[in-house]
Amino acid sequence: MVRHTLAVLVENNPGVLARVAGLFGRRGFNIESLAVGQTENPAVSRMTIVVEGDQRVLEQVVKQLRKLVEVLKVQDVTKEEHVDRELVLIKVNAEPAKRAEIIQIVEIFRAHIVDIGRKNLIVEVTGDEGKVNALENALKPFGIRELVRTGKVAMLRGAKEITASEGNSQEERSFPFER
Amino acid sequence: MTVGEAVVRCLEAEGVELIFGYPGGAILPVYDALYRAEIKHVLVRHEQGAVHAANGYARATGKVGVCVATSGPGATNLVTGIATAYMDSVPVVLFTGQVPTGQVGTDAFQEVDITGVTLPITKHNFLVKDPAAVPSVIKKAFHLARTGRPGPVLVDLPRDVTGAKISFQYPEKVELKGYKPTYRGHPTQVAQAARMISESTRPVILSGGGVISSGAAPEVVRLAETVSAPVASTLMGLGGIPGDHPLSLGMAGLHGTRYANLAITNADLLIALGVRFADRVTGAVEKFAPNARVIHVDIDPAEIGKNVRPHLPIVGDVRRVLEALLPLLPPRKNEEWLAAVEGYKREYPLKYGRENGLKPQYVVERLSAATKGESIIVTDVGQHQMWVAQYYCFKHPRMLITSGGLGCMGYGLPAAIGAKSGRPDRQVILVCGDGGFQMTMTELGTLVEQRLSIKIFIVNNKRLGMVRQLQEFYCDKRYSAVDFEFCPDFAALAGVYGISGYTVDTAAAFDTVLDELLAKEGPALVNCLVEPEENVLPMVLAGRGLEEAIS
Repeated sequence: MVRHTLAVLVENNPGVLARVAGLFGRRGFNIESLAVGQTENPAVSRMTIVVEGDQRVLEQVVKQLRKLVEVLKVQDVTKEEHVDRELVLIKVNAEPAKRAEIIQIVEIFRAHIVDIGRKNLIVEVTGDEGKVNALENALKPFGIRELVRTGKVAMLRGAKEITASEGNSQEERSFPFER
Repeated sequence: MTVGEAVVRCLEAEGVELIFGYPGGAILPVYDALYRAEIKHVLVRHEQGAVHAANGYARATGKVGVCVATSGPGATNLVTGIATAYMDSVPVVLFTGQVPTGQVGTDAFQEVDITGVTLPITKHNFLVKDPAAVPSVIKKAFHLARTGRPGPVLVDLPRDVTGAKISFQYPEKVELKGYKPTYRGHPTQVAQAARMISESTRPVILSGGGVISSGAAPEVVRLAETVSAPVASTLMGLGGIPGDHPLSLGMAGLHGTRYANLAITNADLLIALGVRFADRVTGAVEKFAPNARVIHVDIDPAEIGKNVRPHLPIVGDVRRVLEALLPLLPPRKNEEWLAAVEGYKREYPLKYGRENGLKPQYVVERLSAATKGESIIVTDVGQHQMWVAQYYCFKHPRMLITSGGLGCMGYGLPAAIGAKSGRPDRQVILVCGDGGFQMTMTELGTLVEQRLSIKIFIVNNKRLGMVRQLQEFYCDKRYSAVDFEFCPDFAALAGVYGISGYTVDTAAAFDTVLDELLAKEGPALVNCLVEPEENVLPMVLAGRGLEEAIS
């Protein structure tokens, strides 16, 4: 099983999320994470979907997504050089005696403390999966009360762009499979 | 004008002449506009009848079928028919009423989230909240339904939207950024197909529903004749090559001819045209066409590689791809292969025992001979459907109208109404089981009201024959809930509707009635009391390969 990160550009219409999510459920594809938001063009939203499966599953996911009328472009960013990030909020137990230790860990990870309660802290961390997991592990001994993640977002490095302007090319639509 | 009137103007602009529907509160403004319109509206007896009729109309004519229903129960009654159209890629546009936009989401009277319900069974759907957007949405709906891989498109119209006033303008162009079907096959792939065909000595063509919907039947015959490749058809593809053409192998698959299945199993090249390799065609997929390289041509990229991995995929419209491919192909003889295939035909013909009473296969065989394969045959779903596929010699495309993918019982009668409405020039014959007929026989009222000259043959074994057959093979003959202990006298029922009714239980009686009937105008129903325990053979059991059929 390989994990793939897909960039999916969709028309920003009501119901489009239901179409995409429904497709995954219906066809038995596993979504590991899904993040949605507007792009530089307010008429277009971008979903970043992390999906697990072999090459054949991935091919069907991509093809079925491209079949949706409101989907403008689907690209597997995993194939190329890319940056991916996720934002995570962690509420962790923090008795006054333990705070210094936690703050030290947070600094090492270049995370931030964004709220302090009487007995707990909220830590905000941004990064790739490895960093987030490492911080989670480091904070576990203190007792994690609550954890929320945005889901991964990703972007190609350098001059390459994924925009909706021309959608998937004729070439991509003629060869939606490994050659 | 009101949006209701605009809807009618849009239909006129799309060239719609006939629609099927059932009115109700939420769709009132559309019906109010239809009151003055030229477009003919066929009032059915149940919304399921409307959508199946639109399906039959679309398949018989090649045009888009149109269907109208109200909100809530009107809309949910369409669901089975929408799924039927979706599975068989039939172009249908459906309009449903909806509660006023202000009440949407409040569980109002007759409110159902029909765009939510039909999301997985429509090519696309729209809930239109902006009255001014209605014409452009309808333009998109027709464009989506008929282009690319055709399919059903639903337009949900809230009551206040259809009641609102707009200045009408029908757009000339469709703006759909995310929808660009590929029609032309990639030239390098097409050239590669030509090479693969020239390297092959045992080619077989598998011709599917895409051949019918793209109008590629003449090209398929030319391809077969040019490269000497026999043609096996899927259920949806029957009529793509004339049934009596020397290269026709009839239907392949679980109830296909042994010779079609043997040809596929022994082929070194399978040229699959407009098919989706459904499980009913392939049998155990790992044993399917084990010796063949596969060329798969389909307009829907998602069908390629879904069930069978092709060696050469070509995304495109079958007709356009074959037009590009044919000039690249030098004629080939493949004499040895064609002789082998002839051998399969001689050794394993379709056959049935003639002893005991009226045989259902005989009914179909006689219908085929009496109509010379020139009638539109509509079926329901079950054993009779398979016998039609096996024993009726279809001469042309769009002559078999049947629910393939969904296997939807109750499809037959309303689909026949749609087919005859669209093709009044053609003899339309409905062959139906007694089970399926009883699911939608309410539409006899519509048939009579519309004065449709449809001949109905009920292949009546007083039971659910296909389920009985499955129970014979898979449940050690424990026949559970398949016998109708009460069965109405269908001939007398026809009489109640003013339709001539006949009951026959021998071959001789059937022959007499058949000749009399086909010569006469007007509807008729023949209740054919057939041998009840007849099985559809050949049959490939679950988990078996095509060449392992029992017959």
